[in-house]
Amino acid sequence: MNDRIEMRIQLKAPVSQVWRALMDYREFGEWFRVKLDGPFVKGQVSRGSMTYPGCEHVKWEAVVQKVEPERLFSFTWPHPKSLERAAYSPEYSNAPTTPVEFRLEKTKNLLVLAESGFDQLPGDLRLEAFRRNEGGWIAQIKNTETYVAEVA
Amino acid sequence: MRRSKTPKLMSPKSRSSTITAKLQSHASVFAALGDQTRLALVAKLAAGQPHSISELTKRSNLSRQAITKHLRVLESVGMVHSAHKGRESLFELDPRPIAGLKEYLDLVAAHWDQALSRLKSFVET
Repeated sequence: MNDRIEMRIQLKAPVSQVWRALMDYREFGEWFRVKLDGPFVKGQVSRGSMTYPGCEHVKWEAVVQKVEPERLFSFTWPHPKSLERAAYSPEYSNAPTTPVEFRLEKTKNLLVLAESGFDQLPGDLRLEAFRRNEGGWIAQIKNTETYVAEVA
Repeated sequence: MRRSKTPKLMSPKSRSSTITAKLQSHASVFAALGDQTRLALVAKLAAGQPHSISELTKRSNLSRQAITKHLRVLESVGMVHSAHKGRESLFELDPRPIAGLKEYLDLVAAHWDQALSRLKSFVET
């Protein structure tokens, strides 16, 4: 089973600028929608809080793995069991992690994003992801509850 | 932007039979959901908490026996699982028939897609 996501995107910007958007913690935070406490340092934990609407209670935590200027930036991040406000607990030490990698192909102005290791994630974690995904099947089924609850 | 997929080493014949099997299992899941009572039961269980038959019967106009029958239909397609707790059976939603690894990857990919679009407009403007 394929357990890897790989996406390629062409960016019409100098590689130095793309690199800054990845590595500068303030710039990264702008587009990723996270407020980070400080710069990314290889081998160290990066912390902050999400600024994505609806996810403001969620803490950001990642361990910076590889930093190869204008070539490669990678980190691992945890997948907590629940991101629901009520059940959320930022205890990431035991949560399973997946590696995320940004690779720049300078000659083609290409950014390759890869995230892998999804087969290591427990099934109930996937269920949570579907529960909170508004467009997802489970959310759609939940939406029908209002209409059909009285019938059952 | 595109997602690259790992090519699967599969003969056309075995691939089409895998697809057929998958379609059949999806069809049976949808058939199981094509009933108001069962859809309502799934909606209730989708909140995440396991429920006993008594709890599920309480809010409905149906008998305990009828609810049990509907739960067994959902169980037969793998959408719910039951576990004994004392004298009661607790029913829980199993997302796997509709939320497998592939669907999860699609979901994560959609999130990355949005993030990378924001990165694109961030560096290009």
